Formats: sequence, C-alpha cells, structure tokens
Amino acid sequence: MTVSPAMSEPRAETGMPAPRRRRLNRKLAPWLFLAPGVLMFLIYVLIPIGESMWISFFQWDGLSAKHWIGIENYLELLDDDAFYTSLKNNLIWLVLYMLAIPFGLFIALFLNQTVRGIRIYKSLFFFPFVISQVVVGLIFSWFYAPGFGLFFELTKWLDGTGIAILANPNTVTYGIIAAGLWPQIAYCMILYLTGLNAVAPDQIEAARLDGAKGIKMLWYVVLPQLRPATFIAVVVTVIGALRSFDLVSIMTDGGPFGSSRVLSYYMYEQALSEYGYRMGYGAAIAVVLFAIMMIFISGFIWKMWRDERGL
Amino acid sequence: MNFLKTTALVALMGSIAIPAMAEQRVLKLFTDASDPAPKAAFEQLVKGFEAENPDVKVEVNTFDHEGYKTAIRNFLTADSPDLANWYAGNRMAPFVNAGQFTDVSDVWEENGLKDSLGSALKSMTIDGKQWGVPYTYYQWGIYYNKDVYKKAGVEVPKTWDEFISNCKKFKEMGVDCLTTGTKALWPAAGIFDYLDLRTNGYDFHMKLTSGEIPWTDDRVKAVFAEWKKVLPYTTKNVAAIDWQDAVSNIVQGKAANYVMGNFAVATFKDGGMTNDTLGFMDFPTINPDIPRAEEAPTDTIHIPAGAKNKADAKKFLAYVAKADVQTKMNEELGQLPINKNSSVGDDPYLQAGFKILSTADGGIAQFFDRDAPAQMAKAGMEGFQEFMAYPDHLDAILERLEKVRQRVYKN
Repeated sequence: MTVSPAMSEPRAETGMPAPRRRRLNRKLAPWLFLAPGVLMFLIYVLIPIGESMWISFFQWDGLSAKHWIGIENYLELLDDDAFYTSLKNNLIWLVLYMLAIPFGLFIALFLNQTVRGIRIYKSLFFFPFVISQVVVGLIFSWFYAPGFGLFFELTKWLDGTGIAILANPNTVTYGIIAAGLWPQIAYCMILYLTGLNAVAPDQIEAARLDGAKGIKMLWYVVLPQLRPATFIAVVVTVIGALRSFDLVSIMTDGGPFGSSRVLSYYMYEQALSEYGYRMGYGAAIAVVLFAIMMIFISGFIWKMWRDERGL
Repeated sequence: MNFLKTTALVALMGSIAIPAMAEQRVLKLFTDASDPAPKAAFEQLVKGFEAENPDVKVEVNTFDHEGYKTAIRNFLTADSPDLANWYAGNRMAPFVNAGQFTDVSDVWEENGLKDSLGSALKSMTIDGKQWGVPYTYYQWGIYYNKDVYKKAGVEVPKTWDEFISNCKKFKEMGVDCLTTGTKALWPAAGIFDYLDLRTNGYDFHMKLTSGEIPWTDDRVKAVFAEWKKVLPYTTKNVAAIDWQDAVSNIVQGKAANYVMGNFAVATFKDGGMTNDTLGFMDFPTINPDIPRAEEAPTDTIHIPAGAKNKADAKKFLAYVAKADVQTKMNEELGQLPINKNSSVGDDPYLQAGFKILSTADGGIAQFFDRDAPAQMAKAGMEGFQEFMAYPDHLDAILERLEKVRQRVYKN
C-alpha cells in the first residue's frame, strides 16, 4: 500500500508569523469541525459503554431500586452453562463465517469476465445481500422445516427419516451459519469485485510474459493487490460473526433448549426479553462480548495505524 | 311507548347534563387490547361504564400487545394511569411486591366478588389480599381430530391409560397420537402443567411453581415418567415447529391430539376444520383421587399505586366484575367470563370450557409462565423442550432447574 499524500509535511516555517487570532482559529477550527462527531460518539457510544459496565455490578430488574452486588454477576457467568454454550457458538460463528472470504473471492474471480449479460449474473449473485436478514432467516427456516421444508424432504428421500437441522442441538448452529453465509458471501464478493477493478493490468501482463498462470498468478500477483479488499472483508466478517443476532432470533429464538444461543442473543434474553429483566446480568454479558470485540478491533486499529505510517 | 322512553331519557339527560359537564372526572385506562376483538370489547366496556357514570370520562390508551409488557414497567413508575391491564397469578407478583398495584380487597368484599368470581379468587390473591379484578379467561385442554378417532375406531379417552392405549392404535395407522410445536417454548409447558395437575394436583403444582419444592423431588420425576409414556407417539422434531404449523398436522389428519388453549380454535377453523371434525376434551385423569384442576390464563385489570382517581377506578372494577358486563365483553372476545352468573354463547368449545372450568374444584392454574417467575419459567420450558427430544437427559435437566430455582427464589 502506498502512503497517500494527505499526510503532508508540516508547513515550512517561512515568512511572517500569522496574527494571533488567525493562529487561534487554526487551532480551534479542527475541534469545531470534529465537535458534532465527537459529541455523537460520546453520547451514543462511549457513555453507554461506561454505563453498561457500571450496571453490570448491580442486581437490577429495571423496575425497583438497583442493588450493588460487586462482581457477583461475573462469578455467576463463570458457573453458567448457557454462557459457555453461547461462547462456544460465538467461536464457531467466527471460524466458519470466515469461509465467506474465500467463497466470495472465488465467485468474484468467476464473475470478473466480460461475457454477454455479466451484469445480470453479478446482480443475481449480489441479490442475497440486498434482502433483509429477517427474510434470509425465514427462507432458511422454511428450507429446513420438518414436514414441508425442501431440505428436510431431500434428506427424507435419502435416509428415510429426514434431518431437522434446527431441532437438533448438534446441527442447529451450523444451520444458522449456513443461512448467514449466504448474504455474507455476496458481501465479500462485491468487495473483491471492486478490488479486482483496481488490479493493474500491466502487472498481470508482465506476470503472464514471465509465464505465471493459474494458482501462482492468483497467489503472487492478484492477491497481494487485493490486500485492501481482503482487509475490509475480514473486518466486516468478524464483526458480522460477533453480532450475529437477527438470524438466531428469527430462526430458533436461541433454541432448541438454548443450544443455538450466541452472546448477543443471550444478553438480549437476560436483559430485555419477556422472561428476562436481569439488567445487571445482561450488562455483564455485554461487557464480555465487548472485551472479545476489543481484541479484534484493537488489532484492526493497530494494523491501520501501521499502514498509515507506511511501515 | 318507545317515544315515551326517549323523551324521558332526553329529559333525564338534560337534567344531569349540566352538573356532569361541570365536574367531569377523568379515568385513565392503559390496555394492551390492540387486536381487533379485544379492542372492540374494551370500547364497548368503556361505553357501558360511561353510560352508567356520566360524570366520568374514561380515556383509553391502547398499547401494542407485545410492547405493553415492557411499557408497563415504565409507566407504573413514571406516569401512572388509573387502571391498567395485566395478568393474574405470579405474573402480577413483581408489581404487587414492588408496591406498584393497589390493594382492592374492599372492592371484592363490597360486591360479593369472592362468590361470583370465586374460580379466580386464588389466582388474584397475594398475602391474603386481592390486587385486581379478572374479566376473562380461556380454557386449555386437548383438541382432537374426530375423523382420525373414527378411522382408528377408538373412543375419546377418560383416563391417561386409555389415552396411551389409543396412541398405540394411532401409531399402527401411521398417525402421531400427540402433536405440538415447541419452537416458542410455551406449548410444551401446557403439557407439563396438565400432567402435573393430574399427577400431583393443584396445590403441589402451585408450590412447585412458587419455588417451594425442589425440581429433583420424586413427585416431579413421576410427572416426567407419565410424559415419557407418550413421547414415542409424539410428533418428531417439535422443537423446530411453530405451534401454528403443528395445527396443520391435526387439520391434515397426520396427528390426533393437541394440548392447546382455546385461542387455537380460530387457527384450526382457518385450516378448514368445523365443529363436526374438531373435538375438545378435558385432559384425561391420571390419579383419580386428586380433585380436578384446570388451566385457564386469566386477564385482569388493576389499579396502579400511583393512580390519581382511585375512587372512580374502584367503581370501574366493580362494573367490570358484573355478570352481564362480563357476558357482553366475552362475546366480543370469544372467551369465557369469570363471573359464574354470566352466560356463554353457543360456541361448543366455549360451552365445554365453561363447564369444566366452573366445576374445577381443584383450582385454576394460570399457565406455567404466569405461575412461575419469569426466569424459572424460561429455564423450565427449555427443560421441557429438551426432555421431549432427549428423555434420557432428565436427571441433568432437573438438576439444572434445581440450580435455577435456588437462585431465582433466593431473593
């Protein structure tokens, strides 16, 4: 990656010093421009994070008075099977969701050609990303549904009894991830398609003259040029995996018997659902989820910072 | 005659109109009656009350049914109405214990409600006081496909043993004896509640749901032993099925019986069943020595502690409790009145329900998720769902529930 010229050198200190007011303005102006953003960020991100952490030390049903219990919520988490189920599922989500990147790349390479009507094919492949997650969830839960689902009927034809993916605690998470991958692959594909537009044709030409082709061409010539696209694809996929809430909620409500819960859904269940109203406990789960996200986010920020400095 | 009546009425109205305008008092009612039928029922109720009390104006504020469950927690503490809808049993306990509802025992006493609303007295009482007035409920029981019964050549069972032996016949025909859809968890609780009410009785069930009996108790295990008998004849993969989808199993004759609440009748009929093909029976007897208890979730009206016009709110409660008012209201709702002097429409399912509920001498349970506190209910229903899929996990499930019990009721 090249360094953009935006990070220009400090202005050469020549000529007359600027009048005081202008200097003050120059110092103040960036802060003024930043102010709306900073304010929003404070109100809607930073303060709520702090508040969540604060609430996680209380026992509170949202109705009566808060009751300070220190780290008891966290101690309870350590002894909570449902929490470990959610944590495990979150890990499965993280790992399997990454499949969206190679699949997306593959489809992008496949579609990156000039054939008649290629735009139609591209938009067809992009289609699942455009529809809402709720619709994706519904489509897949009907697809899997015992009794009338296409997938169920297919497995019934094969093995006689049929496999109800969403009723089996061992398969349910994979079933939901498969539904999530569908739009996520489309997303990664579009990222790579735009990336492929930026691949320098002269380098391809040069590589071809040197006799590179197939996998080697892809690995040594194309992929390095796609690094920015890959980076973004990893970021959105990791975040998508960690906040996987809507599909779980639509397809299973965390079931059967809580085996498809993920942290974000468990947090919602404990704090906000009909059977919950344990604000403190929900907040404690949120804090754990935040800590996990922080690992990735700080990794990304560190990498971006390094790139910006051109290391 | 008619003319006379009208003139008399006009004259009467004229004479009271002026003082009424002078001091019209306001009564604020918050309700979750957002569906068409409940909405119409409440409009009619309010109109009737205003006609009887011209000096009171009732302002109704209707919330979305699901949103109401969250909203009530806010408005009770912040901006309290004079009247609010809620549910009986343990569902009202958090509000009663937090001092958010007004004690209305005097309304019960003065209007003889302990007699006329007797079937709901237990579920409206906490600490020996009454905290609201019930206006409607509906029965649970077993809905069955009469054609399937005819084809199998079996009788409608009276006892659980007969029920199970019928199941064997259904299985030979390739029909599921019992169907359900537990994706939303609660349908499984209906089965558990009835098995417990029939095996151990109302008092035990109430003690269990209020946390006085450990889940690892042998009597609880006995309930699951009864349940296990029917599991081989139950539809497979119910955890992934919505309750409405399970209805179609009955409609299409793929299954014979369904433990459900009366609200499901509309869904059965949408699927094409009629009074001739859809049957209703009381849940069969398991232990004949136990007084018969039933399950009937009850909807109620309460006076929040922060109400500004409690005097008129109490008048309103007394009005809601009247026999004729409940008759009319429940005609709109398509449900059952609680007042024993009310009458029920021609609907055969309501007739049957009214009969079994008004003669239930064991008591009336609200439903697992209303009798047990929220967290216990959630864990319990998940346990039932797991048990239906993996009956061998029973011991692990019960131990988990016991752990939850010890935490939930501690405070």
